[in-house]
Amino acid sequence: MVDTKIKIRDLDFFYGKKQILFNVDLDFYSNQITSLIGPSGCGKSTLLRCLNRMNDIIPGIKVNGNILYNKFNLYKEENSVVEIRKKIGMVFQKPNPFPMSIFNNVSYGLRVQGEKDKEKIKKIVRESLEKADLYDEVKNRLNSSAFSLSGGQQQRLCIARALAINPDVILLDEPCSALDPIATAKIEELLKKIKKEHTIIIVTHNMHQAKRISDYTCYLLDGKIIEFSETNELFNNPKNKLTKDYINGVFG
Amino acid sequence: MNQQKKIIENITKKWLFLVSLTTLVILIGIFFLLFFTGIKAFSEISLFEFFFGTNWNPTAYHEPSWGIFSLFIGTLMVTFGSLAFAIPLGIMSAIYLAEIASPKVREIVKPTIEMIAGIPSVVLGLIGLLFLSPLIAKLFGLSSGLTGLTSSIVVGIMVLPTIISISEDVITSLPREFKEASLALGATKWQTIKMVLVPASLSGIVAAIMLGLGRAVGETIVVLMLAGNSRAFPTSIFDSVRPMTANIAIEIKEVIRGGLHYKSLFAIGLVLFLMTFLINFISDLIIDKHVKKYKW
Repeated sequence: MVDTKIKIRDLDFFYGKKQILFNVDLDFYSNQITSLIGPSGCGKSTLLRCLNRMNDIIPGIKVNGNILYNKFNLYKEENSVVEIRKKIGMVFQKPNPFPMSIFNNVSYGLRVQGEKDKEKIKKIVRESLEKADLYDEVKNRLNSSAFSLSGGQQQRLCIARALAINPDVILLDEPCSALDPIATAKIEELLKKIKKEHTIIIVTHNMHQAKRISDYTCYLLDGKIIEFSETNELFNNPKNKLTKDYINGVFG
Repeated sequence: MNQQKKIIENITKKWLFLVSLTTLVILIGIFFLLFFTGIKAFSEISLFEFFFGTNWNPTAYHEPSWGIFSLFIGTLMVTFGSLAFAIPLGIMSAIYLAEIASPKVREIVKPTIEMIAGIPSVVLGLIGLLFLSPLIAKLFGLSSGLTGLTSSIVVGIMVLPTIISISEDVITSLPREFKEASLALGATKWQTIKMVLVPASLSGIVAAIMLGLGRAVGETIVVLMLAGNSRAFPTSIFDSVRPMTANIAIEIKEVIRGGLHYKSLFAIGLVLFLMTFLINFISDLIIDKHVKKYKW
């Protein structure tokens, strides 16, 4: 039996008057990859962004319910968003490196935390790039602009940047949707490798990707959870007719 | 029918070309007028005296002197004085408007700030004369409130809207992804502003400052009204100064056309022109270098 890392209970999410998520109950397990799948606009990205309170920056949102991370309620007022985001990292849909050098991109999280020890920063930057399978490609040009990298490399750089502050959980919001199949395969390999040390939650458009990499899969439709189970189970033996329709390509 | 359309199109093209050519010709004409009139002054005035002499007194009874150094320092004092005031205030306001103010506040404040740019400078000069200059005299115990400081503050207020407005535009036009990435890494709002947003918009902010600098160098009426216009070498910001622009404005009405005094005023104009040209050139270099390095 695996440990539960994050527990979502009775989560409702509103954007203005419009309700996006309805009564979501969901568990994410430690050191597993969980995929959130569903058609566009089903609320999967919104759900993901609830987990590091990234939605907070959008005006006019309202969240009801609880999200527990290690028994720690993410939505309690006194819990600092900054602390939460140090533990729960995020990689975005479009590679979004900062307009800085490769090195400074990876070291950013450390510098934000006030790390001054140059040797330590160097070491962590190197380790993070290695973990993200990028080090060999960039070791001779750490001071070049991050934008000199290809799209796939930029996305691995963003993963390295997230890894540098050693988060417990990593959220990925369709990280491969802007990438070609080879770059995608590299990132998938990478995720399987790093799940030993991190809990991974990934939103994906691509059912094959969910099938290939995830241990658990959750299907969302119109802001409601339709089915959640082990990935093999969900794809080979879906309990719900809606899930079956979706994975058989009836719609979506 | 088709033939007619073609002719009209042709005429339009030629007309527009002619119009833009006129602008260019006028600009080049101004430069040559300035250059060839100004340069003649140096057949009688030594370059060294002109640039390094601290005494400007072309109408002296015995021996006229032609040193613009005091005037030059006056220009520098007002320019950098106004920027020392306008840069920090301008950048901070831009950051506030772009990242901290609620949309409602921004909607009211930004157009208001931009309206300041539309106030005629003579009106600002009047306000400075009536309110600021007595205040400064009283505050620092000076016999006259017409000082380098007084004009610096008012010129600073004049360039402030330019700096705020352009910097704010630059910061708000940054991709939202930069901000999200930074916040997702556990940075606070302030860290995000300081470590990502401001560095990323630096080229635009530099451009805004340079635009303000160009305006401060060329500003005439405010300094004429508020700087005191003393030709003595200024030793502090509390002295009365006469920047080069004010000097031209004061003296040009009283000189003999074509005389040496007349030519020397054109030479001062040439110096001003070269200064603004240099400022533009340097800012282009800075922007080019920065933008090229981290282009997104």
